[in-house]
Amino acid sequence: MSEVAEENKKKAADDMPDWSDYRGVMIVVEQRAGKAASVSLQLLGEGRKLADKLETELMALVIGHDVRHLAEEMIYYGADKVYVSDAPELKDYRTRPYSRVCLQVLRDVKPEIVLQGATATGRDLAGAIATHLPTGLTADCTILDVEPHPSRLLLASRPAFSEKMLATILCKQYRPQMATTRAGVFEALPRDTTRTGEVITVENTMKEEEIAAKVLRFIEETERFNLEDAEIIVAGGRGLGGPEPFKMLQDLADALGGVVGASRAAVDAGWIEHKHQVGQTGYTVRPKLYIAVGISGAVQHLVGMQNSDLIVAINRDPDAPIFKTANYGIVGDLFQIIPALTAAVKEKRVLIPQSSAQEGVTHGKI
Amino acid sequence: MLHIVVCVKQVPDSREIRIDPKTNTLIRQGVPAIANFYDMHGLEEALRIKDEKGAVITVVCMGPPPAEKSLKECISLGADRAVLVTDRGFAGADTLATSYVLGLTIQKVAAEFGPVDIVFCGKQTLDGDTGQVGPGIACRLDLEQLTYVQKVEKIDQEARRITVHRHLEDGVEVVETAMPVLITALKEMNKVRRAPLPGMIRAAKFKPVIWTTQDFPGLERAKIGLKGSPTIVSKTWVPEQRHVDTEMIAADTPQATAGLLVDKLWQTELPQRFGWANGSEV
Ligand SMILES: Cc1cc2nc3c(=O)[nH]c(=O)nc-3n(C[C@H](O)[C@H](O)[C@H](O)COP(=O)(O)OP(=O)(O)OC[C@H]3O[C@@H](n4cnc5c(N)ncnc54)[C@H](O)[C@@H]3O)c2cc1C
Ligand SMILES: Nc1ncnc2c1ncn2[C@@H]1O[C@H](COP(=O)(O)O)[C@@H](O)[C@H]1O
Repeated sequence: MSEVAEENKKKAADDMPDWSDYRGVMIVVEQRAGKAASVSLQLLGEGRKLADKLETELMALVIGHDVRHLAEEMIYYGADKVYVSDAPELKDYRTRPYSRVCLQVLRDVKPEIVLQGATATGRDLAGAIATHLPTGLTADCTILDVEPHPSRLLLASRPAFSEKMLATILCKQYRPQMATTRAGVFEALPRDTTRTGEVITVENTMKEEEIAAKVLRFIEETERFNLEDAEIIVAGGRGLGGPEPFKMLQDLADALGGVVGASRAAVDAGWIEHKHQVGQTGYTVRPKLYIAVGISGAVQHLVGMQNSDLIVAINRDPDAPIFKTANYGIVGDLFQIIPALTAAVKEKRVLIPQSSAQEGVTHGKI
Repeated sequence: MLHIVVCVKQVPDSREIRIDPKTNTLIRQGVPAIANFYDMHGLEEALRIKDEKGAVITVVCMGPPPAEKSLKECISLGADRAVLVTDRGFAGADTLATSYVLGLTIQKVAAEFGPVDIVFCGKQTLDGDTGQVGPGIACRLDLEQLTYVQKVEKIDQEARRITVHRHLEDGVEVVETAMPVLITALKEMNKVRRAPLPGMIRAAKFKPVIWTTQDFPGLERAKIGLKGSPTIVSKTWVPEQRHVDTEMIAADTPQATAGLLVDKLWQTELPQRFGWANGSEV
C-alpha cells in the first residue's frame, strides 16, 4: 500500500486546475406535492453562509409539477437565483427525467458546489448525476465549510466508522464539488418575504414515452412521525421496564409539543418500534430539548443525541454516564418524576397569561 | 431464465471498531471482515426469485483476495457463480472508480455468461457508507434504477417489467419499471436464510472466477483506483466529547423537583420558540 500512499501525497500536492468558469453554490431542492423538504430549506441556510464566504451566488434548482410558487419561497429562504423546471412529466420523482434536467442545468450554469439532502431521493439523484458528470460526491455530511478564494475548496465532513469518527473529504480535480447532507443538522434562515431574486425557467426535454419508470401509488406513512426533524424529544430506555410506561412519556411529550424517542434496549425488548430509536443504529437527532428517561448513556446512544441543544437526564443511578452529557440532571425514580413533570408543565402553560403570546411561532424545524 | 447479478462487498464490521481513548485512533485489530449485510439481503431476494421462477445468480465483488471468503458464503447460500475482481490497481477506489470497475465487470459477466436482467446492490456498505455505488453502476450500464427497495412485488418476465416498493422518509412508493434494472436492497426486504449443508459442502471446494486489470481490454487506467477517484480524505478525527457543566436538580418531593426543572426550562428560549408561553391549555 506504500505505493498508494505515495500517489496520494503526489495527488494532494498537484496544482489545482483553473476552475474560474465554475462559480456559485447550488441547492437541488426536494419537494413533494409542491412542498419543499425541510432539509432543502436547511441547506439554503447553510448554502447562504458558504456562498457569502466565497462571495458568490446561492442558487436553487426546483424540479416538479405545479411548483412555480416554490421559486419565490426559495428566495425567501436565502437563494439569489432559482432555476425551475415545471412539467407534468416531472410530477413524481423519477431518476431519469430528474437527472436529465439536473445535468442540463449543471452543465449550463457550472456551479462550483452542488448540495442536496441525504434523503432517499437526494441520494438516488446525486449518485446518478455525479457519475454522469463525472465528479466526486461526498455522502451524508454533517459539517460543511469552504476555503476562501483562491482554492474555494468545499470541506465536506461526515461521520465514518459507524459514527465513531469524522472525516473531511475534498474534491480537488473535478467540478462541481458535490455533497449530500443529513436532515436536521443545519438551520434554515427565517422566511424573509422582503428578499428578491431572479427566477429562470428550464425546459423539460424528456417525454413520458421515454420514461420507463411509472409511480403506481404512494402510501403515505399514516402516522406522521419524524424523529430526525423533531425539536423536542422525550426518550425512554430500559428503566421504563415495559411498553406501558411509554404512554407516560407520550403525555410529557404532548405537553411539550414533542415526540417520543427510545434507546436500543427499549427497542430490542419490543416495547417500542425501531423508528423511535436514537443512536448509532437508530437515528441521529439534534433537537432543542432532549429528555433522557431511564437511559444509562452508552456511547452508542450518546453519538445519536449529544448534539442536542439542551439535555435533561432522569435516572435513579447517580453514577449513570448520561449525567455527564446532561445540562440538567435529576436523580430519582422516573415513575414519580415524569407524572410530576407533566403536571408541572401543564400547570405552567395555563398560568402564563395570553398577553405574552407570540405571533408566528413555528413548531416544526421547517 | 433470469440472470441476476448481486454486488457483494467484504467489509470490516465497523460496528465492532472501537476508538482507543488514549490515542484517539481506531482499534482495527480483531475486527471481523464480513459480507456487507445489506448486500446479503440483495442475495436473499435473488435466491427467492430463483426459488420461485428459476434464475441464475452471479455474485460479483471487487476487493483483495481474502474477499473470497464472502463469495464462498454466497455460494453456500445458493448463488451459482462468483467473480472476484482483484488487482492492486483497483486499490484506493472511491465510489466513482468502484462503480466504473463494477460496471465493466457486469458487462463482462453479461458477455461471457449471458445478458443480465436484474442487478442487486445493498442500500449501502458498512465502511464506505454512501449508497452511491448502486446508482453509479446503474448510470454506467444505463439501467433503470430503483433504490431503497423494501419489497419486490412483481416480476413480469414476458413484459420485462418489475414492480417494487421503495421506502422513503415520508412513506412507501410503489414503482414499476422496465428490466434490466438495478435495485438497492434494504434489510426490511427479507430475512436472510441459513446455508444448507449441501451448499456448505459446495462452497468449501469453490473457487471464484478471478479477474484482474489484464482481463478488461477496454479498461481506462485513469478511471480506476486512487487515480480515478475524485474524492480525497484529507483528515479524520474523533469528535470531542462536548464538555457540559451538569446542574443537578433536587428537592424534597418529586413535585418540587419537577417544579424546579420547569422553572429552569422556562428561563430558556424554549417557551417562546414553541409557544408554551401562549397560555393555551394542552
Ligand atoms: C453495535 C452496537 C450498536 C448500538 N446501537 C445503539 C443505538 O443506536 N442506540 C442505543 O440506544 N443503544 C445502542 N446500542 C446499545 C448500547 O450499548 C446500550 O446497551 C443501550 O443504549 C442501553 O440502553 P438503556 O440506556 O435504555 O439501558 P440500560 O443501560 O440498562 O440503562 C437503563 C437505565 O435506567 C435506569 N433506571 C432503571 N429504573 C429506573 C427508574 N425507575 N427510574 C429512573 N431510572 C431508572 C438505570 O439506572 C439505568 O441507568 C448499541 C450497541 C452496540 C454493540
Ligand atoms: N467493492 C465492491 N464490490 C462489490 N460490490 C460493491 C463494492 N462496493 C460497493 N458495492 C455495492 O454497492 C453498494 C453500495 O456501496 P457504497 O456506495 O459503498 O455504500 C453495496 O451495498 C454493494 O452492493
